[in-house]
Amino acid sequence: MKDTHTKPMIVIDQVVKKFGSFTALHGISAEIREGEFFSLLGPSGCGKTTLLRVIAGFEPPTKGKVAIGGKDMSGIPANSRPTNMVFQSYAIFPHLNVEENVGYGLKTRKMSKADIARDVAEVLKLVDMESYGKRKAHELSGGQRQRVALARALVMRPEVILLDEPLSALDKKLRDQMQVELRSLQRSIGITFILVTHDQEEALIMSDRIAVMFDGRIEQLDTPEGLYRRPVNRRVASFIGVMNFLPAKVLGVTDQHVKLDIAALGQIDVPRHDIDPAFDIEAVDTIGVRPEMFTLLADADDTAQMKVQGEVVDSEYYGDMTYYSVRLAGHDTPVTISMRNTAGRSVVPPGSQVTVGWGADSIVVFKE
Amino acid sequence: MALRFDREAGQGLRLISLTLAYVLVMLAAPLLMVITFSFWTQDYLTIDTTLTLNNYREAWGTPIYQVLMWRSLKISLIVTVVTVLLAFPIAYYLSFHVTRRKALWLFLITVPFWTSYLLRVFLWKVILGYNGVLNSALLGLGFIDAPLTFILYNLNAVVITLAHAWAPFAILPIFVALEKIDRSLLEAATDLGDSPLRRFFRITLPLAMPGIVAATLIVLIPTVGDFITPRLVGGTDGLMISNMIQIQFGKANNAPLGAALAVSSMVVIGLISVGIFLVGKKLGGRVR
Repeated sequence: MKDTHTKPMIVIDQVVKKFGSFTALHGISAEIREGEFFSLLGPSGCGKTTLLRVIAGFEPPTKGKVAIGGKDMSGIPANSRPTNMVFQSYAIFPHLNVEENVGYGLKTRKMSKADIARDVAEVLKLVDMESYGKRKAHELSGGQRQRVALARALVMRPEVILLDEPLSALDKKLRDQMQVELRSLQRSIGITFILVTHDQEEALIMSDRIAVMFDGRIEQLDTPEGLYRRPVNRRVASFIGVMNFLPAKVLGVTDQHVKLDIAALGQIDVPRHDIDPAFDIEAVDTIGVRPEMFTLLADADDTAQMKVQGEVVDSEYYGDMTYYSVRLAGHDTPVTISMRNTAGRSVVPPGSQVTVGWGADSIVVFKE
Repeated sequence: MALRFDREAGQGLRLISLTLAYVLVMLAAPLLMVITFSFWTQDYLTIDTTLTLNNYREAWGTPIYQVLMWRSLKISLIVTVVTVLLAFPIAYYLSFHVTRRKALWLFLITVPFWTSYLLRVFLWKVILGYNGVLNSALLGLGFIDAPLTFILYNLNAVVITLAHAWAPFAILPIFVALEKIDRSLLEAATDLGDSPLRRFFRITLPLAMPGIVAATLIVLIPTVGDFITPRLVGGTDGLMISNMIQIQFGKANNAPLGAALAVSSMVVIGLISVGIFLVGKKLGGRVR
C-alpha cells in the first residue's frame, strides 16, 4: 500500500500567508503523495483551512508556491486548478436540484447533456443518492447534503479532493459512519484526499498521514501511529489522545539506554532505540505515558516490569473502557489510566489503594 | 395544543388590534368606497346610486384614457428598469466590496429622504431647466451650443426624477438579497470551474432574483400612480393616468369616473405585478 504512495501529488514549498499584520502560515513545506488520504489537523486558528484554501487557489500565498501534479500553481485561479472542494457548509446551490448541483461543473466544461446525465447518475450511485436526483437542497438531511457535496467534487474527476471539515456538522453516529464510508470510497477510487479537521480521532481513523499544525506551522507530519506513539513535543502529544506528563531528570546516558529519574515512577533505563538520534537526550526534562500503558494490577497479576503504589481518585465509565484518575505515591497530580472492562473485572471504586504496573518501553521523552 | 394555539392567536390579535383597526379605517374603508363609487353616477352635486358599468365602459373605451394608461405604464416601466439597473451595481458594490462601514453607506443612501420629495422635484427643475445647472455647465464647458430642451417638461424628465427618487427603495431589497447569498456558494461555483462572469449569471443573479423582483414591484407600483412628478416636470407629454384621476375628482367633478379609472389602473398594475412575480420565481430560485 505504502509503495503506491511515493509519487508526490502536491508539493507545498515554503508557503507564507499573511493577512495584514497577522501571519497565518509561517513558511509551510510538505509533500502530499498521489492517492494518499492526507489530513491537516489542528485547533481552530492554526492555519489548516488557510493552507487548504491556498492549495485550492482561493487565497494566493504571500510567499512560496504550491505545485499540483508537477505543475506550479502560482497565478492559476481556483477555477482552473485540478482540485475540487467539499465545503464545510457543503455549499449546495439552493436554486438547483441534486442532479443540477452535481452536474454544475460538467456543464461549465461544455459536455453534452447525455454525457452529463450519465456521469451524474454514476456518481450519485457511488454515494448512494441515486433516488434523490430531483430533490432540492432544503429537502435533504445533513448527511445527504454531505454526499451531494462529495458527489459534486467527485464527478469532476479531479486529481485532488479537498475536504474542509466535511463531517463537523453531522451528529456523532452519522459522523462515525461517514468516516468509514469516506475512507473506503477514497481507497476504491484512489484520488488524493486532503482533509482539514480539528477532530484528532477523525484524523487518526481516516488518514494515511497527518500534518499536525499549531500557530501556522506544521509541528509534526507522520502516520497516525507515528503521531500517537512518537509525538515530537508536548503540544502534539496532548493534542493527539490523552498523555500523562511526568517531570524527569537525566541521570546518565549510555550507548543503549538513558537513565532517567522520573517523579513517582523512580529510576529507570529507557532504551535509546525508541528515541530519535537527532534528539538532544541530555535536555530531557519530561516523560509521557499513554493511559493504556499503565495497568491497575490485580493481586494475582504480577507480570508487569515495574510497579508503583497509588490511590484511585476518580473514575469515568465508558462502557468498554474505564478511565481512572490515580494519584501515584510521591506525585501530586493524578495520572489518567485507562482499563478495558473485560469480563470478571469490576470497576475499582474511588479511594481504593491500587498497584499500578507499567513498562519502560511505553515511555516517550520530551524536552521543553 | 389546539386550545393553546387559539389562546396564542387571540393574544396576537389583541396585540395588533389597534394597528388593524387603523388599517381597516384608513385603508380598507376608503378602498371599498372608491370601488363602490366606481359603480355609481354623479350629476353635478347629486350621486345616483344605481349600479352601472358605464364608468368602466368610458374608462376603457375612451382613447384619451387609454393613451394616458399606456403612457403611465410605459413611464413607470422605463423608470423601473432604469432604477433597478442603476440600483443593482450599487447594491452589489455595497454587499461584495464594502467590508467596513456598511452601515454608514446604507445611511448615506437614505440621505435624499431627509428632504421633502416636493423639494427634490423642484431641484430637478433647477438642474434640468432651460437655464438650469446642467445646461449652463455644458454651455460653459463648450459641449453644446444651445441649451438642451429634451431634458425638461417631457417624459425624460419624469423618468430621471422618479428614478432618482426611488433608487434607495430599489437598492435596499437587492442589497438584502445579495447579503443573504452564502459566499461559499460563489467559491463552490469557482471551484467547479466557473469564471467570475459565468458564476454571476448562474449563481449570483438567480439568488438575487427575490430582491430584484421586490425592487421592481416596489418601484413599479407607486410610480404608475404618481401625479406630482408628471405635473411638475412632465409638461404635457409627461401627463399620466393619475393626473386624469385627480382631474376627475376635482375640476371635472366626476368622482365615479375617477374611481373607475383608479380601480382600472389598480387592476392592471395588480396583474402586471403578479406576472413579474411569477416570472421572477421562474428565473430565480426560491432561496431558503
